[in-house]
Amino acid sequence: MEGEVKIGVYICNCGTNIAGTVDVKEVAKLAGGLPSVVIAKDYMYMCSDPGQNMIKEDIKQLGLNRIVVASCSPMLHEHTFRQAVQDAGLNPYLFEMANIREHCSWITEDPKLATEKAKALVSAAVRRVYYQEPLEVREVPVTPSILVVGGGIAGIQAALEVANAGHKAYLVERESSIGGHMAQFDKTFPTLDCASCIFTPLLSTVGQHPNIELMTYSEVEEISGYIGNFQAKIRKKARYVDEDKCNGCLVCVEKCPWKAVSEFDEGLSQRKAIYTPFAQAVPNVPVIDTEHCVYFLKGTCRACERFCDLKAIDFEQPDKEVEVAVGAIIVATGYDAFDPSAITNYGYGRYDNVFTALQFERMCNASGPTGGKIVLKDGSEPKNIAIIHCVGSRDKNYHEYCSRVCCMYSLKYSHLIKEKIENAEVYQFYIDMRCFGKGYEEFYERLSNEEVKFIRGKASEVTDRARTEEEQGKLVVVAEDSLMSALIRVPVDMVILSTALEARSDAAAVARLFNISRSADGFFLERHPKLDPVATTTDGIFIVGCAQGPKDIPDTVAQASAAAARVLAMISQGKVEIEAATAVIDEELCSGCKICNLLCPYSAITFDEEKKVSRVNEVLCKACGVCVAACPSAAITGKHFTTEQIMAEIEGVLA
Amino acid sequence: MSFEPKIIAFLCNWCSYRGADLAGTSRMKCAPNVRPIRVMCSGRVEPLLILKAFEAGADGVLILGCHPGDCHYLEGNYKTLRRVDLLKKMLSQLGIEDERLRLEWVSASEGERFVSITDKMTEQVRKLGPFPRRNGGNNG
Repeated sequence: MEGEVKIGVYICNCGTNIAGTVDVKEVAKLAGGLPSVVIAKDYMYMCSDPGQNMIKEDIKQLGLNRIVVASCSPMLHEHTFRQAVQDAGLNPYLFEMANIREHCSWITEDPKLATEKAKALVSAAVRRVYYQEPLEVREVPVTPSILVVGGGIAGIQAALEVANAGHKAYLVERESSIGGHMAQFDKTFPTLDCASCIFTPLLSTVGQHPNIELMTYSEVEEISGYIGNFQAKIRKKARYVDEDKCNGCLVCVEKCPWKAVSEFDEGLSQRKAIYTPFAQAVPNVPVIDTEHCVYFLKGTCRACERFCDLKAIDFEQPDKEVEVAVGAIIVATGYDAFDPSAITNYGYGRYDNVFTALQFERMCNASGPTGGKIVLKDGSEPKNIAIIHCVGSRDKNYHEYCSRVCCMYSLKYSHLIKEKIENAEVYQFYIDMRCFGKGYEEFYERLSNEEVKFIRGKASEVTDRARTEEEQGKLVVVAEDSLMSALIRVPVDMVILSTALEARSDAAAVARLFNISRSADGFFLERHPKLDPVATTTDGIFIVGCAQGPKDIPDTVAQASAAAARVLAMISQGKVEIEAATAVIDEELCSGCKICNLLCPYSAITFDEEKKVSRVNEVLCKACGVCVAACPSAAITGKHFTTEQIMAEIEGVLA
Repeated sequence: MSFEPKIIAFLCNWCSYRGADLAGTSRMKCAPNVRPIRVMCSGRVEPLLILKAFEAGADGVLILGCHPGDCHYLEGNYKTLRRVDLLKKMLSQLGIEDERLRLEWVSASEGERFVSITDKMTEQVRKLGPFPRRNGGNNG
C-alpha cells in the first residue's frame, strides 16, 4: 500500500429512517476515533448532491484515500457513491458501504441496540476499507443484437422496439406461431378494442421485419457468456413442413383426416393433426402434431404430402440447433392460466356449463369455436350467467396475490354478454372490485349502469342439486353476500370462472437457464421492485410482461419498451463495464493441483501445461470466489473480497 | 444480565443479502445479535473464515445462501453445503457444539425467513452460552 491510509466516514441520517432509531452522532464519534480515520461526520441525506459534494470536497481538501458511507443497502446506492468518489479522482473500489438502514435501523426495535449494531457495522467497514485496493474497471464491447424469448405481446413489443432502432432481434417462440395469450382474446378492456384488430398488424410486422429473425416452434436450450456477449443455443423443433417452401395455402390442413383438441380454443373445438393454431398465425406455416398424426403413429396416410404441390411436407425433417450471439436477452415467457379443476367446489370439468375465462374469451370471438355465439353445451343460449372472481387468486390455498386483470376482464364479459344476449342477467361474485388503471373505474361505472348484478362475496360452491323448483336444471351458485350478511343461492345457466394468472409451470427451469431468480409467488424477480423493475440480478438479462407478475396489456407494453430502451442504451454506448473483482492466481504459490479448474462453474480457469499452473480468464470470471475458498495453497485471491479484507471486516464487526 | 450472543452471518450478494434487505424494507423486527458480512457467493466462505469468526469473538456463525438450484453462480451453495458438513464434524471433535454453525437457504424474496432463521439461531446460541474460549477472552 502506498502512502498513509486516510479514511473518511460519513453517516447518513436518511431523514429519520436511520437517525430516528440510531444515534448517528454517537456512531460518528466512534468512527472518528478508529485508526486511520481522518474525518467522520453525519449528514441528513448522503445520497443528495450536497452529501456527495461533501465527500468529493473532503477527498480533495483532506487528501482522503478511503471512503466509508454508512447508509442504506449497497444494492441501492453503492453505484452512486462509487461514482462520486471516482469523480473526485479516487478509484471506486476504495469505497465501502455499511448498511445501517435495511440491516439495522429498520430491523431493530431498541434504539440502543440499533446504535450498538450500527457502530459494529461501521467499524467493520472501516477496518475492511483499510485493506481495499484500487481495481481497474474493465470494458467489453456489446454485440448489437438481442434475443427475445417469448412471442406474446411483451416479446413482440420488445423485439419491434429494438428492430425499429436498426438492430437485429432474434425472437424465439415455443409454439408454432407468435401471438401468445393476446391472440386468443376477443376484446380488450376498457376500450373494447377488438384484440385481433390491434394485434394482427403487429404480428405481420414482426413476420416481415428485416431486422427480426423469427424462430417459432423453437426453444432456447443453453445460454453462455455475459452481458454484452451472450451465446444462445436454440433448438428449432422439426415442424415437418419446410418453412422456405410452404406458401401457407393450407390445403394440407384441409385434407388431413385426423383431429385433435384445439389448444388455442382451450379445448372447445378440434383442429387437424397438421395445423396452424389460428387464422392469422405468423408464420403462416402449419406444423405436424406427431402425437396425433397417423403417419407418425402407424406409418400410413401421408395425405398432406400428396396434396402439397410445393413438396413442402418433410416427414424426415430433423430438429435443428442454431447458435446466435447477442448483447442482451429479454425474457418474456408470459403466464399460465390457473387450472380451476383444483377447486372441486366450482365443478369445473364436472359440469358442462362451467367455463374458464379463456374458454369464454374464445367463445366470444367471431373466429372462435362457436363463431362468436355464447352458447351452452347443448347449443342453446344461456339466459343468466354468473361470473366468479378470484378463482385461484387472493386465496391462501392457491395464490395469495391478486391477478390484477380478472376484475376488468370480468366486467368486459358482462358487457359482451349484454351485447350478445338480449335481457341476459349477469351476476358478478367479487371480493373487491379492483379497477385501478386509466379508464378502468369509468368502465366499472358504465357496467354498473348496464344492470349487471354485483354481489360482494366469494362463491363457496357451484352445484346442480336443486332445492327449489326454480333451481331445477340450473347451476346454483352458493355464496355469502357480505353486504347483506346473508347466504344466497343464485340459479344460473352458465358459470364463468375468472381464473388467476400464475407463473409458467416450467418457470423454475427457465429461471435456471437464464440464471435469474424468482419471487415467492413463482414469477421472475426484478432487480429492484421500484427502481429497476425490468432488470434482473444477472446483468444483461431483462424480464417483461406477465413473466414478472400478472399485468394488463398497457403495463406489459410499457415494460417491454422500457427493457428495449435499456438494451438500446447498451448498444448505443457500444461497450459495458464488467465486474472488476475477479479472481487471480499467484503462479508462485499455485501447486498445479487443478482443483479450481474443476470447481469453476464458468470454466474460466485453464491449466498452463508448460508452467504447470492454473490461470483465470478474467473475462469469463464472475467473481463468485468458489475457487478462492477451495485453493489448498491459498494461491487464489478474490479481488475486492480478499481473505484479508473479509477477516478485517469480521474483526471489526465483533470488536 | 442474560448472555447476549454475537453471531456472524455470511450473506451471499444475490439471495440472502437481498432477503435481509427485504426484511428491513418491510420493517420486520429481528434480533440485533446477528452481524452480516457480505460475500458474493456462499461458496466463498471457506472454513478459515468461519474459524476466524469464532476466534474473533463470535458465539455462532450463520451462512445463508441461495436455495439449491437457485445459486447465482450455478452451484456454489452445494460446495458450501459439503464444506459446512465437514467443518461441523471437525468442530464436534474439538468439543465445540456444532449447532454454533448453521447453513440455511434464504432467497431474495424471503425477508420473513431471514428473520425467523436469525431469531432462532440467536435463541439457540443463547442457550448454548458463550463460545468456549480459554480465559473466556478473544485469545484464539
